[in-house]
Amino acid sequence: MSAGTDKIAVTVTNVVPVNELVTRFRFARTDGGLMPTFSGGAHTVVEMKDGATMRLNPYSLMSDPADRTAYTISVRRDDQGRGGSLFMHRNVKPGLEMVISNPVNLFPLDLRAKKHLMIAGGIGITPFIAQIKQLAASNGNFELHYSVRTASLASYADELSTAHPTRVHIYHDDKKQVIDLENLLDGQPLGTHLYVCGPKGMIKWVRGTAEGLGWPREAVHDEEFLAPPSGKPFEVKLAVSNKVIQVGEHQSLLEAIEAAGVDAPYLCRGGACGQCETDVIGYDGKFLHNDHWLTEEQHASGKKIMPCVSRFEGKTLVLDR
Amino acid sequence: MTINFRDETFRDDFTFRNSPEAIKRFPFPFHEDSYMYSVNMEPHKSYRPGSVYERTFDVDEHYVSEMKDRAKVLAEDPLRCQSLPHMTLAGWDLLELIMVSKAEEYPDLFELHRDGNKWHWINKPLGIDQKFVFLDEATLPYGPMEYITRQTQGDFAVLDQRDDNLWMDAGMVTTQADWSLDFDIGMNFFEWHAPVPKAHEMGIFVRALKFLLNVRQGAPARRLNWTMTVNPLLDTSPENYHKWGVMKQDLTMENMGEKMHLRVELQTFFRLPRSNALVFPIRCYLIKLGELVTEPKWGRRLHRVLRDLPEELATYKGFISNRPKIVEWLSKYDDGKPTSPGIWPD
Repeated sequence: MSAGTDKIAVTVTNVVPVNELVTRFRFARTDGGLMPTFSGGAHTVVEMKDGATMRLNPYSLMSDPADRTAYTISVRRDDQGRGGSLFMHRNVKPGLEMVISNPVNLFPLDLRAKKHLMIAGGIGITPFIAQIKQLAASNGNFELHYSVRTASLASYADELSTAHPTRVHIYHDDKKQVIDLENLLDGQPLGTHLYVCGPKGMIKWVRGTAEGLGWPREAVHDEEFLAPPSGKPFEVKLAVSNKVIQVGEHQSLLEAIEAAGVDAPYLCRGGACGQCETDVIGYDGKFLHNDHWLTEEQHASGKKIMPCVSRFEGKTLVLDR
Repeated sequence: MTINFRDETFRDDFTFRNSPEAIKRFPFPFHEDSYMYSVNMEPHKSYRPGSVYERTFDVDEHYVSEMKDRAKVLAEDPLRCQSLPHMTLAGWDLLELIMVSKAEEYPDLFELHRDGNKWHWINKPLGIDQKFVFLDEATLPYGPMEYITRQTQGDFAVLDQRDDNLWMDAGMVTTQADWSLDFDIGMNFFEWHAPVPKAHEMGIFVRALKFLLNVRQGAPARRLNWTMTVNPLLDTSPENYHKWGVMKQDLTMENMGEKMHLRVELQTFFRLPRSNALVFPIRCYLIKLGELVTEPKWGRRLHRVLRDLPEELATYKGFISNRPKIVEWLSKYDDGKPTSPGIWPD
């Protein structure tokens, strides 16, 4: 469990299929109380008891941040994934009691911005939905450019276009519609902040284009949750707790540490926040670093690992945990 | 619970003092007989009924007089309260946090009635009855941060979080240990801590920042800090150093127990929900050395801590020139006996 985490006991009150890949879930407090207010861009970590396995996945909150009656999230089914999204789609029904974390925002609006320019790809739309609700309530200046595969997979595109016809622009891959990024960035007023959430390639493209056009680094924001990749099983020695643990093929190192009953800090579980950073005491083998928290030098040093997403191949790995 | 609010001053004739009950609940900051910096954070959870840790925002017998002193400081120097334009939402977050906590935790002193965004706030000790619209600045006599911090003991730094750093972009600072909001406004965490000796080399600030960036909603944190102040001055600001700096020279062995104060800051940290900003309330508690030594454990321990404190720290905390006198005076209260662990009186 993460240091200082306050968790919320919730009941699933609604499960709505949005399209063939995406399903929306609504959580209300089991004790009937109000949810904490949150800021647009925040996520919650949902705990899933999947048989003997405890899965904890982060999902962006997409409800109105001012609406304290419930939180909603949307989950895209990933048939090749490790099983969290499949569990949500198959096993989570109205009435189920679950535990979620207090909101955490690693993708906040920069409130100094004169204008918020948002670029979304696919399920990356969800944090923007909450941010747009927050901005619309305070006459904020925003513009959304949302790229989808097809009209039938365009989650929430109709609702967003109807609510904000002049501010929302939809691009369909199957109709060969592409965001004209260079022109878009070129025409923005001073004080604009740029936000991108979507697949890795899209984030790289937007960041690279903005950098090439001379946008200040501080004015470009992104969020990408990495799912912990699967890989070959490996063995780890936890020096502080004096335990030897096995990390399974479809298990993350962090999950294996938790399954052994060892308390390890975390926030995002997606390689972004830095909270689970762990010191390496000794190793003989190769690190498979997947986070975007540690620097390249730290990755090369063999002294640090982010157990939420990174793995190891080799003979021995000893961690300070 | 009844609090007898004292009518007292923190300037001119300095009538401030602590009742015996207030001495018992003083947040003595030394858990052992020596002191060095640390990131001594712990969860800000309700702890030890009657202590300053029991409630989210502690209200004590000095409340009404402290608020009068704050109003005087602001009348002379309005720049003690500043909020950059993007911090207004954080101000509303703070107003909500304080009003909700105080109304829940001190129902006989404060009331908050909410009907959607129509709010009604009653502050009985200060005689305030205010109806306003939440998130509508035009319905309050001041901006939301200034409005609520004119009614809440302690200084408030409201920190914007961006670019993996914290920025001093708003605050109400009238009871400070020699730092200036007007000087620090807009600075980041490393910039405003630049004057602190030793701690940078120790890596304290890198670790502290990492901790603070991850303070979560619903999981506030706290720590204590301390210094020494001659006379019960809340406002020991750089702006007024010409007024209070010279008072350090008035200290004698005869007036030590009355004039010399241990000044303790209860610092807390809360993540604010709508703005994702971090609020850093810094609550100042003062105690005369003469009051402090009525707890024998504290007298013994303070003597040992001040005697052995590294020179840079005594210089930075501003009492190096008076240290020999203070230590000599306190030595009368140190019989050399061992002290029990922890901060509480025996």
